[in-house]
Amino acid sequence: MSDIPARIEAANAETLRRMLAADPVLVDVVPAHVALPRLADRMILHSGPPIAWERMCGPMRGAIAGVAVFEGWAKTLDEAEAMAAAGAFRFEPNHHHDCVGPMTGMTTVSQPLLVVENRAFGVRAFCAINEGLGKVMRFGGNDAEVLDRLRWIRDVLGPGLGAALRDLGGVPLKPLIARGLSMGDEMHQRNIACSSLLLRLLAPALARKVSDRAALAAILDFIGRNDQFFLNVAMAMGKSISMPAEGVEGSSIVTVMCRNGTDFGVRLSGVGEEWFVAPVEMPQGLYFPGYSAADANPDMGDSAIVEVVGLGGFAMGAAPAVVGFIGAGPASRAADFTRSMGEITIGQNPEWTIPSMDYAGVPTGIDVRLVVDTGVQPMINTGIAHRKPGVGQVGAGVVKAPLACFEKALVGFAKRMGVS
Amino acid sequence: MSQNRPKTLLKTPLKVVNVGLDGFSDDLARQKVPVVRVQWSPPAGGKPDLARLLSKLGA
Amino acid sequence: MSVIVNQVRSGLYLDSVALMRLSREIAALDGIEEAGLMMGTPANKDILRDAKTLDATGESAAAGDLVLAVRAATRAAADFALATANTRLDQPKQSAVDASTWRPRSLRAAVASAPDASLALISTPGDYAASEARKALALGLNVMIFSDNVPLDEEVALKQEAREKGLLVMGPDCGTAIIAGAPLAFANKVPRGRIGIVGASGTGIQEVSCLIARLGDGVSHAIGVGGRDLKAEVGGLSTLQAIDLLDEDDDTDHIVLISKPPAASVVEKIATRIGESRKSFTVCFIGATHVPLHGDARLATTLKSAAELATGKRLQTRAASLADGVARGKSVRGLYSGGTLCAEAQVLFRDAGVAACSNVPIPGVRRATPQDHGHVLIDLGDDEFTRGRPHPMIEPSVRDQPLREALADPSVGVILIDIVLGFGGHIDPAGHLAALLKDRVEKGPLVIGSVTGVEDDPQPLSAQTRKLEEAGVIVAPSNADAVALALRAVTS
Repeated sequence: MSDIPARIEAANAETLRRMLAADPVLVDVVPAHVALPRLADRMILHSGPPIAWERMCGPMRGAIAGVAVFEGWAKTLDEAEAMAAAGAFRFEPNHHHDCVGPMTGMTTVSQPLLVVENRAFGVRAFCAINEGLGKVMRFGGNDAEVLDRLRWIRDVLGPGLGAALRDLGGVPLKPLIARGLSMGDEMHQRNIACSSLLLRLLAPALARKVSDRAALAAILDFIGRNDQFFLNVAMAMGKSISMPAEGVEGSSIVTVMCRNGTDFGVRLSGVGEEWFVAPVEMPQGLYFPGYSAADANPDMGDSAIVEVVGLGGFAMGAAPAVVGFIGAGPASRAADFTRSMGEITIGQNPEWTIPSMDYAGVPTGIDVRLVVDTGVQPMINTGIAHRKPGVGQVGAGVVKAPLACFEKALVGFAKRMGVS
Repeated sequence: MSQNRPKTLLKTPLKVVNVGLDGFSDDLARQKVPVVRVQWSPPAGGKPDLARLLSKLGA
Repeated sequence: MSVIVNQVRSGLYLDSVALMRLSREIAALDGIEEAGLMMGTPANKDILRDAKTLDATGESAAAGDLVLAVRAATRAAADFALATANTRLDQPKQSAVDASTWRPRSLRAAVASAPDASLALISTPGDYAASEARKALALGLNVMIFSDNVPLDEEVALKQEAREKGLLVMGPDCGTAIIAGAPLAFANKVPRGRIGIVGASGTGIQEVSCLIARLGDGVSHAIGVGGRDLKAEVGGLSTLQAIDLLDEDDDTDHIVLISKPPAASVVEKIATRIGESRKSFTVCFIGATHVPLHGDARLATTLKSAAELATGKRLQTRAASLADGVARGKSVRGLYSGGTLCAEAQVLFRDAGVAACSNVPIPGVRRATPQDHGHVLIDLGDDEFTRGRPHPMIEPSVRDQPLREALADPSVGVILIDIVLGFGGHIDPAGHLAALLKDRVEKGPLVIGSVTGVEDDPQPLSAQTRKLEEAGVIVAPSNADAVALALRAVTS
């Protein structure tokens, strides 16, 4: 009995070692049916833990209808909804496919996926390409404009990016993130620096590989106008870092946090495939002009994978500007968020440091024991979606991961360790 | 948990971590004794079942 | 002949300011002629090459790689410098928290933010105190447990664990300590000096340390051990450790031990330990008159005599003018906030051959019943008065009702009180008492008391004394003197 804490400490050290040893490289963009061997036709991957159509929130349903039309499975949105309700589509979480997706997180066969390879462990993780702001599918948008953009991403942007990345031999992401942190990004609500740094690397290769000048111009324009372009890259990276950290027997470290607009889900390294789920909380934040908390949908998306690897809310100290943007208090207190997350993590990432905190590394390795013990909830920076499908983003804020998930996870972990 | 080297009470400069009554922190601060104030609350939100699990799991 | 050793770390990006700072630290190590930690850009490699610190390994670095380059007198020095640099690169960094309002929620986070912390002061509810203390010990901290209601077996386990680690547990139920001049919890701002104190009683430490100050000396350290440390079950674990600490302490010449009479087995252990010390001791096992001691140790029966023996000086007692016969034949009602002061009073009654009773009786004194109308000495800090209420040292109104009753009781000739000053305590206990005494009837009982405190306390001794005297309280220089006056008033 008495050696259980020591076993957990050792297992957690191994989990953290694997996270810190990662070498994520953005290597390619490939269609989902190529990238994900178990992704079947008429299968729709969504964000968060498993959920049935009946319990899905408005934006999630809207996105599903839209993506069904986009894939040609239905002619109209109404038809798509009726098919979904009748069980014509199979729903699975992105996380069951080494994949992640922002907000509604729609992943279907014909969408191009960013590929991040963790070269230290030989694993690959995937995420769809960021659609930009405004009316977009990740916020439940599904009109003709949204679907047209998705077709352009599928036919022009995806192939162009893939060719450029292959031409470059991949873009190592760890040093890119390190620089982004020193430029005020936390890689969840602020990706301006990393998006710019990435575009700077991609532009020459895009110029070499995309021969159609109009297409090239459109691609450069699309990436250049989207401050959040890098978010989806960071998410695939987060997944590629956490994947090798899964399955360390005896480890109480969190490897997945995600939400589907209804439930928040957590997975632990040492408790296999089990989901620990609790009702998701409402984000607290600032709303765009004309919107208020009454318009907000509960929290959504797989993007909390960046918090799992020490970014986002955990790296708030690097991004004082975000504190103001999401209405989380004075920017001068940014470091307090990071310090607070230090209470529930077992280490720091020495390669991702925060200059204004005397180069403290971002807090990494969320220990479910520490979350339950201290009651300090993991803090996730997030966009806020309108509760009605199709309206899009109405604000940005922070959401706290519900404590109940972690309490359930602790009980599940204890059971696994033979402790009751 | 980080293992610090034990500090001999009388041979190390006094630096206090205060866990509990805040007044003690104020008194020490007024004396210019360095003090770190823990914002203490019962572990596991005071839920005995979880606290018992935590003690066995070594939080 | 110098050696140049380079190491390249791929994918480790650090800001140049951080690297320059670290470079200077590494260059300052013994045997290092030059050192540079830089990202491997062509421009940076030029700088390292010009500084004659770059070898083929460093030359091969890419712009995204970190180059660690040293030129040293010996290979060993170079290897040590690289190892040091790698350790520094990988270790968690401390960030300053001064400007922030952030407060750690856990001991673990507190120590992470302040790795030089040396002591945890724990005053949580008793149910949680042991587990917090255990965390503190695991983090390498000494512990003072102010909380009470910690199970005895937990106390023993904690103290054993601490001893194995070379740490000290003060408490549980440790109200007072002074470490290197710093008062912890309920303690007085006594001057530093060369007398060390080890005490199982908070007010005992306060009274003795204040009397030492009044006698013109000072205290090196006062170490509390908790009220149960000298019970047979605990076996004086912390007392023995505290003696070890003070024995080794260069600032301490003489050691005062304060406790209720311990278990016989524990007395033997303590006496043996004292016999092994090169320092002199004063032992006050309040009321114990026959204690076999070894070595350079003298026995004091009261707190006052402990302070006098330790300093070698006598407390000046002003002869208080008591009108003859005002209280003769009547009884004394002691209303104490300090438990050990109440015990000291009982000792003096017992030794004077005057029968008294108490709600917390010492050996040889009868337990008080509600019907008692003789000399009654009450410890208002006992559970029956404090359940669900603050201790009377924090909230002096605990004494209000018993005081009103005593003032109105024609059989009472003298009311004996204590005022305990210092950190942690009420900000104006004398003022509170004076307000109550304002309306008392003439020819009522005498009120005799003492003030445990020093001038530098948050409630200055002189001001508190003046308030009492203006309210008609006869203020003695020590509790023992107050008790002596009370005895004289009712017997002569």
